[in-house]
Amino acid sequence: MSFLIQQTLVYALPLMIVALAGVFAERSGIINLALEGIMIFGAFCGVLFVNTMQDTSWVYGAYMQDRYGTLQLLVVLAMFVAGLLGAIFSLLLSFASINLRANQTIGGTALNLLAPALVLFLIRILEGQNTLFLAKGDAAEWFMIKKSMFGYSAEESMGFLGDTFIHKTYLSNYVCILVFVLLSIILYKTKFGLRVRSCGENPHAADSLGINVKKMRYAGTTISGALAGMGGFVYALTTANCSSNGDVAGFGFLALAVMIFGNWKPLSIAGASLLFGFFKCLAAGYSSIDINGDGIYMLRELGISAHLYRMLPYLITLIVLAFTSKNSRAPKAEGIPYDKGQR
Amino acid sequence: MKKDQIRLLESNGFQSVLSSIVSIIIGLIFGVLLILVVGLLDSNLGIESAWEGIRLVFAGLFSTGRDAFGTLTWGFNSINMGNMLFRATPLIMTGLSVAFAYKTGLFNIGAPGQYLMGTMASLMIALGIPSDKVHPVIIWILAFLGAMAAGAIWGAIPGLFKALLNTNEVIACIMTNWIAANLVTWLFDISPFKNVTESTKSGYIYKTSFNNVATTKLGLDKVFPGSQVNGGIVIAILIAVLVYILMSKTTFGFELRACGSNKDAAKYAGLKDKRDIVISMAIAGALSAAGAALYYLAGNTELYWSTYQSLPAIGFNGIPVAMLALTNPIGVIFSALFMSMLNIIGLQITSLTAYNEYITDVIIAAIVYLSAFALLIKQIISRRIARKKGGSK
Repeated sequence: MSFLIQQTLVYALPLMIVALAGVFAERSGIINLALEGIMIFGAFCGVLFVNTMQDTSWVYGAYMQDRYGTLQLLVVLAMFVAGLLGAIFSLLLSFASINLRANQTIGGTALNLLAPALVLFLIRILEGQNTLFLAKGDAAEWFMIKKSMFGYSAEESMGFLGDTFIHKTYLSNYVCILVFVLLSIILYKTKFGLRVRSCGENPHAADSLGINVKKMRYAGTTISGALAGMGGFVYALTTANCSSNGDVAGFGFLALAVMIFGNWKPLSIAGASLLFGFFKCLAAGYSSIDINGDGIYMLRELGISAHLYRMLPYLITLIVLAFTSKNSRAPKAEGIPYDKGQR
Repeated sequence: MKKDQIRLLESNGFQSVLSSIVSIIIGLIFGVLLILVVGLLDSNLGIESAWEGIRLVFAGLFSTGRDAFGTLTWGFNSINMGNMLFRATPLIMTGLSVAFAYKTGLFNIGAPGQYLMGTMASLMIALGIPSDKVHPVIIWILAFLGAMAAGAIWGAIPGLFKALLNTNEVIACIMTNWIAANLVTWLFDISPFKNVTESTKSGYIYKTSFNNVATTKLGLDKVFPGSQVNGGIVIAILIAVLVYILMSKTTFGFELRACGSNKDAAKYAGLKDKRDIVISMAIAGALSAAGAALYYLAGNTELYWSTYQSLPAIGFNGIPVAMLALTNPIGVIFSALFMSMLNIIGLQITSLTAYNEYITDVIIAAIVYLSAFALLIKQIISRRIARKKGGSK
């Protein structure tokens, strides 16, 4: 059960944070199809940062002397770096769609093409191969939180909650949740959030009230870029052993689906990403999941093909979308370049 | 004389071509700058190899390798030329697919999934019907048509979701892509078509030539010896012309375009917008799948069947092909040729320099980025021309 919850969170959290990225952009009126590309770029930047820092005496010394705090700080710093560079990368989209009033779908597609190409071009030159790994060791060994850090021995249990939410988790999970909650509050409970949202619903009305639509849209897409970049690094850290290879397995697009499926609302998005994460986790580990702890791997014994499990997350999303799309309400002005003259 | 010139400059088509060329030039300059910067920063590369990389970006198609002294040599390279035509074949088809849907107001990001379904249908038919009982040409035709049917069904699914349930077609397409990736892996996994005779190859499906099915060469292999080229490129160009006629010269094409430019007006005029969405997506799907059939029925290509972790790049590359062509079916032929040329150039760069093929992908991305505001570039051009005209009066 602990394993099931942990694995579900591993898939759900990057999705959740990147879906929120989509919300910020779309609520401000810009369709951010580039989430996938920004994730790839963010993952690369974060991994490169960690890779470089591993060689410094500050970090390597901390690793050798088991100073866990420093290593955890490195994770948070890398998330920040990935977010910062993701935000900068997303400026390409903002510039094209806000200043030049370009087609946002094509602009986003261009970023999706650019990110893997650029990342792979650089990785190949840096490493002579297609994947950038950690300089030393693996992610679990360096950055995973373990019960031994709190003085527990290998046989001792931390209790159900400790075993599920502390042992063998990454700090990035909790940073994600914190950021998600904070930004959801900002979007819904502050003046700034209201202004951003108004630009996605009726930019002309917003403009007539003295809100700078361009600025708000820049804010929306830049926050979106930062979140997507961060989500990309979290994905790389927790599911790809902190490596970067110009691919995030379509998670950016899935996050878009989660966003639509969650009806552009944070709480529903959290639910949607948990559902998706659960099925993704089933697909990855159905043969080793022991639901009620009786030593029988029920899902494996059902004899259903592994291929079906892998297909399930997508199939279920499609089916749920079919039922929810009738009532889905996208921000009204999304995708339409703002033109003062049309007021 | 002067009047004719002005008329040409004012024509819409000319301005579109010009704006695409401007995008291409800026994209190439961006690529060159990137090579320069990386070359200067990385001590292993240096200005010498950067200069080689830059020359290859522009003329890699005519590269013939290095001579005994290690300098690059140039000339007609039949393998490069032929492979460019061969690789352009599926790109033309996926480009047409995206362009066709785009004209009817739909963004077909589902081309990779449709391409995969086409791959599966064509290979299963081509390998499944014994060639000692049925003539290989008939098997080829059946496989080609079967692929188109499979693609049409796969394309129609997001179309139906969009038309009946108001589901965003981008999301529905992305889901059907991944479902296709898993489905195709699954079905090939339980199929008898896995290559077991060549022990060096694990995870591959038989080439169709195993069952004596292969696309006719049409003598092109004599023109470009040593390359993979075959008659598929002719078929792809013919289909592009047909799509052009369908879109621009028939009432049906007009109807689809009307739905694309203003759904409500089209509905008001009595057009069946929902039916048109489904048909348009089905045709787009059939086009993508036909591209897969032309690629895999060649007889000299093989499929790595465990495809569930990634989607075929040719499907996604239909998007830049269509965008660079400004969704004109005839333009798609040229932009696909251009893209496959870049692809060949990338391979040359990888094998001859310390740079790698991804530089050409960066250039393609830059070009697509610029084509996002092709309209703006077009406006600037037409304003320039108008000013010139005013000046000459």
